[in-house]
Amino acid sequence: MNEAMLTAFVVAALAAAMPLLLTAIGETVGEQSGVLNIGLEGLMLVGAYASFAVTLASGSFTLGFLCGAVAGAALSSLMALLAVRLRASQIVVGIGLTLAGTGLTSMLYDASYADTRPHLPPPTPVPIGPLDAIPVLGPALSTQPTAFYLTWVMLGFASLWLHHTGPGLRLRAAGQRPEALAAVGGRVLRLRVGAVLFGGATAGLGGTYLALVSAGTFTPGMTHGLGFLAIVVAMLGRGRMLAVGGIALVYGIFVAIGTALQLTTIELSNDVITMAPFVVVLIVLAAIGLKRTRGGQEARPALPPALATPYPPGD
Amino acid sequence: MSAPARALDVLARTVAPLVLAILGSAVVLLALGANPWAFYADVLRFSLTGEGWQQTLTAMAPLLLISLGLIVSFRAQLWNLGYGGTYLLSAAVVAGVAPAVFAFLPYGAATLLLLVLAAGVGLILALIPASLKAWFGTNEVITSLMTSFVAASLANLLVKGPFQDPSVSVPQTRVLDLEFMLAYVPGTRVHLGVVLAFALVILMHVMLTRSSFGTRIDVLGLNPRAAAHAGIHVPRMTVAVFVVSGALIGLAGAIDMLGLWGYMRTDWNPGYGDKILPFVFLARLNPLGSVPLVGVYAVLATGGTLAAQRAGISVDLLTLLVALVLFFMVIVEYLAARHSVGRSYLPRGIFKAVRA
Amino acid sequence: MTAPEIALHLRGIEKRFGAVQANAGIDLDVRPGEIHCLLGENGAGKSTLISMLAGQQRPDAGEIVVGGRTVRFTSPTDSRRARIGVVFQHSMLIPTMTVHENMLLAAMPGVRLHRQAAEDRLTELSSVFGEPINPARLVAELSLGERQQLELVRALWAEPRILVLDEPTSMLTPAGAAALFQRLQDLAKTGVAVILVTHKIDEALALGDRITVLRSGEVAARFGPSELAEVPPAELRPRILDRMFGGTAPKRASGPPPRPFEDRAPGRPLLALERVSSSDRHGGMPIFDVSLQVHAGEVVGVAGIDGHGQLALAEAIAGSRGIAGGRVIFDGRDVGGMPIRRKQRLGLRYVTDDRLGEGIVGQLSVALNLLLKRIGQPPFWRFGRMNRAEVEHEAQELIRRFDIRTPSARAPAGHLSGGNVQKILLARELAHDARLVVLNKPSYGLDAATVSRVHGEVRRFVSRGGACLMLSTDLDELLEIADRIAVLAQGRIVGWVLARSSDAAARVSELMTAGGQQ
Repeated sequence: MNEAMLTAFVVAALAAAMPLLLTAIGETVGEQSGVLNIGLEGLMLVGAYASFAVTLASGSFTLGFLCGAVAGAALSSLMALLAVRLRASQIVVGIGLTLAGTGLTSMLYDASYADTRPHLPPPTPVPIGPLDAIPVLGPALSTQPTAFYLTWVMLGFASLWLHHTGPGLRLRAAGQRPEALAAVGGRVLRLRVGAVLFGGATAGLGGTYLALVSAGTFTPGMTHGLGFLAIVVAMLGRGRMLAVGGIALVYGIFVAIGTALQLTTIELSNDVITMAPFVVVLIVLAAIGLKRTRGGQEARPALPPALATPYPPGD
Repeated sequence: MSAPARALDVLARTVAPLVLAILGSAVVLLALGANPWAFYADVLRFSLTGEGWQQTLTAMAPLLLISLGLIVSFRAQLWNLGYGGTYLLSAAVVAGVAPAVFAFLPYGAATLLLLVLAAGVGLILALIPASLKAWFGTNEVITSLMTSFVAASLANLLVKGPFQDPSVSVPQTRVLDLEFMLAYVPGTRVHLGVVLAFALVILMHVMLTRSSFGTRIDVLGLNPRAAAHAGIHVPRMTVAVFVVSGALIGLAGAIDMLGLWGYMRTDWNPGYGDKILPFVFLARLNPLGSVPLVGVYAVLATGGTLAAQRAGISVDLLTLLVALVLFFMVIVEYLAARHSVGRSYLPRGIFKAVRA
Repeated sequence: MTAPEIALHLRGIEKRFGAVQANAGIDLDVRPGEIHCLLGENGAGKSTLISMLAGQQRPDAGEIVVGGRTVRFTSPTDSRRARIGVVFQHSMLIPTMTVHENMLLAAMPGVRLHRQAAEDRLTELSSVFGEPINPARLVAELSLGERQQLELVRALWAEPRILVLDEPTSMLTPAGAAALFQRLQDLAKTGVAVILVTHKIDEALALGDRITVLRSGEVAARFGPSELAEVPPAELRPRILDRMFGGTAPKRASGPPPRPFEDRAPGRPLLALERVSSSDRHGGMPIFDVSLQVHAGEVVGVAGIDGHGQLALAEAIAGSRGIAGGRVIFDGRDVGGMPIRRKQRLGLRYVTDDRLGEGIVGQLSVALNLLLKRIGQPPFWRFGRMNRAEVEHEAQELIRRFDIRTPSARAPAGHLSGGNVQKILLARELAHDARLVVLNKPSYGLDAATVSRVHGEVRRFVSRGGACLMLSTDLDELLEIADRIAVLAQGRIVGWVLARSSDAAARVSELMTAGGQQ
């Protein structure tokens, strides 16, 4: 396998991993605060569409990314209002978000672009100068846009915020035991609303990355379950951002392998590639479950104990 | 609150979200340059008049079955979100093997076998999230979703692969001969699958509201710890509920294949489950109560598809409308609960009762 | 205008929850350097008052004046800023986070976390109460005594001028309680105003410089320092009791008086545990090598500090928990690990201490809750179908017999008061061929009238040949009801005491202390 192919492989892996990573970062923050948002598909799609439309009209990728984040945050405000403030079921509202996002973006696309099916040029890559010389990685990185690096920066900030600041500590407490946080004067609902909006914005950014960088266009339903995968990545990462980053990269490599295999003589249907991550997730969850029952109860549970439970409980 | 006042209250709370969602969608229609009056008039016209009502009834068959599947599982507070893939895979299997089965068995036996097969596919798929939850306590929201995606891909693989109709180039199964499809109710073009669906609604209603199994489901759904304490075998019940749910949803796939389509394409997903879910909750997880609400959705879907075409609007407006129903339902319940005696009538899982 | 030497002044505090007036017209003065005991039985309104001092709720009417300044608390932060520290009865720590993180949280930091400063303060404060606690440990791994220690540390973190403790000794051995009192007295000497909320008269008498008695949400009596110093305790007790219960001291449990155990021919034990070891599902303290016997017609009490294995013991006998070692023999049958349904059919019943979380399904009717353990059984369910008439009839019968106060049999069980929920549980377990019932903390949180009712039912059951194993943290209850008392400490039975013996109370305390290292 020559260098050019390896480089292409890395580029493909990164293109697949970044949207997932972005969304997973936000969902991790949300889950740590106690909110399980299964509406990520819808949030990603509105981010993808909004950014696509805006970039198409304005020519500015930066503006596109901003609008993608805003769109995602705006739709996620429904989760914040209905599930966090009004204490409705997070699962039900999440399904609603997926429906709303899917329906809205499909409708809008159909009304505006169905006939023309426009495409966007790839965004300007960030020049990395001498680093270009590194074999395989160099050329791969040299094609990456600003958004790529900003994603990793965001990951770093999110990690710092969650584990090394006061607000981050309180946010995690909201997911561990909200009554205890309230007893010391913490504002559980406010923290959760903030986490949800942040999650919405990053999901929007994830969709934006998918549309503007990875695909170069918008197609209705283009996420194909990526939003749900992000939930799993967040769960498996257990609040540790580096783990989240690692898992997202593994996913990217997976997808790239699948695509690469398709180019060889091995007959690998697209469906198998689509199916593979979900099968892997099921196996991993089963393995974790098996390990947990064999090993007895863990002191630190994998998921925040207060996840998906409304606060205050008031039954 | 007296009983009649209560009934009126529930009725109002059920109708209000529908009305609001329709109004909301009207606004969207206006924004897209269409005429809401004309649109909704078309919806009613296409779904109820002429041949329309028969199409609406036909559409209700899979919807009712999927609703039942959701109701059984949600009443136990178990989130079986695998309905999408389950429907597709069982439809693919039925569509794929039907021609062969009908070649070897008499009509009645073949039909029965295929129905059982479809239920079986749903049952087996449901075992995945069910076992993981029962044995390991793994969150069933995620596992059922993952299973759904796997099943959907499997359906595609089957249709493109072993079940592919060799005589055509597009990826689809062989079209079932008309004589092997489900017979119509005499004098109509409504196939017997609709009758089966209604029969199952009644059966499930009795089972869930009157039988000991139904009571156990209620207890499990309301307080799993008390259920265990009361001697209910929670893991066994979990599996039982999932399996019944999956079987019903699988049956929906068979009904559509044998009664309506006769064949299956790839990359086709009607997405029934997602769209009927808010209506299931609006029916307060009551099988009989779900019938009129499923009917409302069937009207919107049947009439809406044609009306949207006529208005030049994407049919995804319906998806948006359904989302609006869901959101308005949450809001209406919240507001109503605050003003009245204090409890939401929606089952736990939508709302914890708001303290008066 | 309040005099500056009053640390906390409450005037006319009122709080109502729906139909219940939890606090009515409460006036209170707490002075610095004093230990002020708020005494009252369960339901008297103590917890409501504390939650208002802690900033969790606001009074409907009245004033709170701290150090001469009127305050309005909108959140616990305001309360802490007013230099009030509260030690709650139920731990408000986060078990899945470390000690360090819990303390950081309590310090309400800004954006920056001052880890080292927090660690230092933790070491400084925790040494006051015992061994310094390792900050890196998860709270879930701490012993009960260490958690209690941590709660105190947390309350004292911001150097409060007023310290409120809600039933602090409920989880302590007598030795631990004595140590706590000593430290409270030390604290008071430094000028802190200490408010100790309790339902135990002896505690209040031993520790309080002042005692205020609450009853039904109102101040029923005040006992000042002179009265407490001059009047001998033997005379004070009945006076206080009188004020606490409004002239009627708690009734002696009704029902036939028990025959002295020695008179009864024991015969074969109905329940025998042979060296049983087991754990409970929540990861609490397991039991080791427990052997005991219960005969028909007797009440065996199990005394011990809360959290020393009671749940594991109860579940090993009457729950569905598997046994790790030993045997549980009921009526000659090995029932270890047997499913609950079968145990129930054999007559082995269980009244759980977690009434609302595990005992009843709040949204279901009282009737269905009464039959919760008999779902599917005839005559209530035939061929899988429910017979509404039978269910209703049985429910009415049980409601009448056990005096369950409910608007109707159809009312949701969760709407009933705690006492009536307990009656539902009792009715459910004692009726219908019960032979032995395991009761876990049956009087916890209940008012005296209901407790007396509960005891009466137990007496009646036992006099008709039933057997009872009662686990309780309330020694007085056990001394009154039980025939023999086993003392459970650190998951083991460390001794037996005959309840009727003259020094039973002292012997039990001794065994608890000796057996239970904090």
